[in-house]
Amino acid sequence: MRREVPLAITAIVGFALIIVYFIPHPPFNHSRDFFEDLFFIIAAFAIWLGCLNLLKVNADKVYRQKKGWLFSVVVWFGFFLMVIVGFWEGRGFMNPGTTFYYLYDKLYYPLNATMFSILAFFVASASYRAFRARNKEATILLIAALFVMLGRVPFGYYLSSWLPEGWRLGNITDWIMDFPQTAAQRAIMIGIALGIVSSSLRVLLGLERTFASGE
Amino acid sequence: MNFLEKLLALDRRIIFLFIAIAVALPLFFTVKLHIEVTPVVRNLHNALEALPPGSKVLVSLDYDPGSMPELQPMAESFFRYCFMRDLKIIIIGLWPNGPIQANSALEVILNEPDIKKKNPKYGIDYVNLGYTAGNEVVIERMGSDIPVTFPKDYSGSKTEDLPLMKGVKNFNNIDFVYNLSAGYPGTVEWVLFGVDPYKIKLGAGNTAVQAPQIYPYLNSGQLVGLLGGMKGGAEFEIATGHPAKAVKFMFSQSVSHALICFFILIGNFAYFATRKKKGA
Amino acid sequence: MLDRFRVVGQEKKQMIRFSFIFLFTLLLFSSATGQEATLPPSPPTDVIAKDTPNDAGGSITITWKKSPDDIGAVREENKVKGYEILRSTESGGEYEVLGKTTAGAETYFDSHAKNGVLYYYKVRALGMQSFSESLPATPAKAKAQWLDWRRKYTFLLALILALSIVYFINQAKSGKQLFIRKIAGLEAVEEAVGRATEMGRKIFYIPGISDMDSMQTIAAVTILGQVAKKTAEYEAKLEVPTSRSLVMVSCRETIKEAYSNAGRPDLYNEDMVYYLTDDQFGYTAAVDGLFVREKPAAVFLQGQFYAESLILAETGNYVGAIQIAGTAQPAQLPFFVAACDYTLIGEELFAASAYLSRDPKLLGSLKGQDVGKFIFLFFIIVGSLFITFGIYDLSFLFR
Repeated sequence: MRREVPLAITAIVGFALIIVYFIPHPPFNHSRDFFEDLFFIIAAFAIWLGCLNLLKVNADKVYRQKKGWLFSVVVWFGFFLMVIVGFWEGRGFMNPGTTFYYLYDKLYYPLNATMFSILAFFVASASYRAFRARNKEATILLIAALFVMLGRVPFGYYLSSWLPEGWRLGNITDWIMDFPQTAAQRAIMIGIALGIVSSSLRVLLGLERTFASGE
Repeated sequence: MNFLEKLLALDRRIIFLFIAIAVALPLFFTVKLHIEVTPVVRNLHNALEALPPGSKVLVSLDYDPGSMPELQPMAESFFRYCFMRDLKIIIIGLWPNGPIQANSALEVILNEPDIKKKNPKYGIDYVNLGYTAGNEVVIERMGSDIPVTFPKDYSGSKTEDLPLMKGVKNFNNIDFVYNLSAGYPGTVEWVLFGVDPYKIKLGAGNTAVQAPQIYPYLNSGQLVGLLGGMKGGAEFEIATGHPAKAVKFMFSQSVSHALICFFILIGNFAYFATRKKKGA
Repeated sequence: MLDRFRVVGQEKKQMIRFSFIFLFTLLLFSSATGQEATLPPSPPTDVIAKDTPNDAGGSITITWKKSPDDIGAVREENKVKGYEILRSTESGGEYEVLGKTTAGAETYFDSHAKNGVLYYYKVRALGMQSFSESLPATPAKAKAQWLDWRRKYTFLLALILALSIVYFINQAKSGKQLFIRKIAGLEAVEEAVGRATEMGRKIFYIPGISDMDSMQTIAAVTILGQVAKKTAEYEAKLEVPTSRSLVMVSCRETIKEAYSNAGRPDLYNEDMVYYLTDDQFGYTAAVDGLFVREKPAAVFLQGQFYAESLILAETGNYVGAIQIAGTAQPAQLPFFVAACDYTLIGEELFAASAYLSRDPKLLGSLKGQDVGKFIFLFFIIVGSLFITFGIYDLSFLFR
């Protein structure tokens, strides 16, 4: 029973949503909204589960003085700081001028932007390591990468402005992006779409059941 | 370990240091660079130019502070363009932080002298309907009823009471949709759930990482134009005749791109030199 | 003296009379030119109202031919600046203004119509100071449709695909051997788990940053089941930090089941799976911290990833972990290819559970997928040829 019930729910909801895609007539048109609402309600309740788990795991780390337990103290402090400030300010806690907004603007925003900025450094180190002309394919990839990297910035124009129009780095970049790149993207996307159809069907038919626990 | 081998296994911290300098230093200089407007940006600009004054433009800001350096200049230049052309702006966010980003972009633009002269009014020239949870389902719901999907605006006023929203029921009453996206939900979802079923006219701005994934939708005509990364933002600023932040930051991006290319080249030089040595 | 006064008085009267005539003429002239300035634009024609097709009802589509004084009008003074759509429930009744469009528009969707009610429509061309109205359109009623006919080709394609998948599943069930090509990334799972066991270090499994409503997350959780089976067999230490609460619950159930199936329920511990945060970069920072502190021997990055893909993969590479990635996010694939040892590209992520379990039913579904590929290949080749030689445009089939 424990296994059959979730599988039955999956099958019923899945097939219902497929039917809804082709039938716009009421009440079918509302069922997608209904199921989505249910998902969000369940996910919202599950956040509590996640939060409690977060606090429990980190409390355990502090209690047992595990490696990096100080970070867990920061987690506890940050969690309660934001929750208390948010509740204290009530409705409109995210409006400019509130303490919550201040914390968002002066703490969350720079931290978030910092993490994203790391990407610039990692792109450099990963491309230094990965872009080696080891074989024919890698060489083509390397040349395309150099063209696109230079063609996407104004330096590309200065490097190739002496060439006739249509043969400059910018034009070559546009061509690479419009044709070989898009063709490859399309092939991958079609493969993915078919993979999703096949996987979804396996889930709906109850063949793929690991996600609902049990082989 | 000789020099070439050391070069081959270069400590990544050295690369990081050079990148930090290449990104940060040029920010202190203002260098006038030649920026060509590519066809994908030109197409977006042309589509916007074709909109008569008074047209309603829905702007969906689907990003958070992380991708602000790339997407915020795009938001600002777009708002500036709309105010100058008297296009009416309806802001929403599929990401919780989107409407906050919109507010900070508006704060910058509304204080510019040209825009101040126009004196755009909240509720008449622009509205911010805030964020609604539900990802792509929000787009689907907007297709049937926008005021039901966004019953209140960012500050809690009833959507139906806003003069700009009078007569706006669904996408049929929207003339253009502009999406700034850093991932999911974003431009792909707007194409799948907005363009295909409701035939909306869609233009987008994406982070450079995300942009290649969007190209197939450009070629198929599902997207009228695309601003890809900081370069796309700079091109739009040039196309609209108002160079701003993205144009300024292009120098920094140019230097860092050139530096990465340089590193790739010396990496390959070291690779071939050591291979030759080993072969010999 | 008196005469002089009389003459002056007559002149004054004449002057006053003249002034009146002059003013009157001026008034007449100005009102005439005023009339010229407020001349209304020509009205729109051919107004048609029809139920909006393929919808859930509640909508009527109104179309018209725009006024000759619309965009491109010769006379600037009576140029159309927009259209107003008027609606009434009676033929000769009072019309209310329903909505407004910009100049140049030729369509309006009345999305406030009640199903089954007969509506009459007129379109008003708005000039600078005046307007003109069209003749009323033939009345129309809104109604809901049972089928969305625009999706008939999608339905047909989906049906063929689904039937071929079911057919090959049945073929596989009946014992037919199916070939599946070698996927290097999946062959390496055992190597990665073995390495972690030998080194006595942890294995981190990152199931992406999306929730259980994403097929990629479901695929990632399914692969986790197979990986967990191996970690149970090898007695390796597995850790799964998640960014969604529901994913945490699903991963726990999956690992518990896998450990029990492998005959090692004693090794399962609930704390192997834990929740970090829903925030994209908060999660990235936390996982990066774990990588640097714990120095795992193997890292699995499977599921839906965005900008964090390279940040995670580079950190994993930095700590020297063997990395097996897999995603159906085309934009992130180059990053994984550059920074990881093995990458499952797109559809390989969805094929992984079939590949690892070798379950004939699951392998059958992969074969069915190939039929879909042939259909697409056929239409791509034929469609391209047709368009190239100007024979016919087949693209409508996929709209």
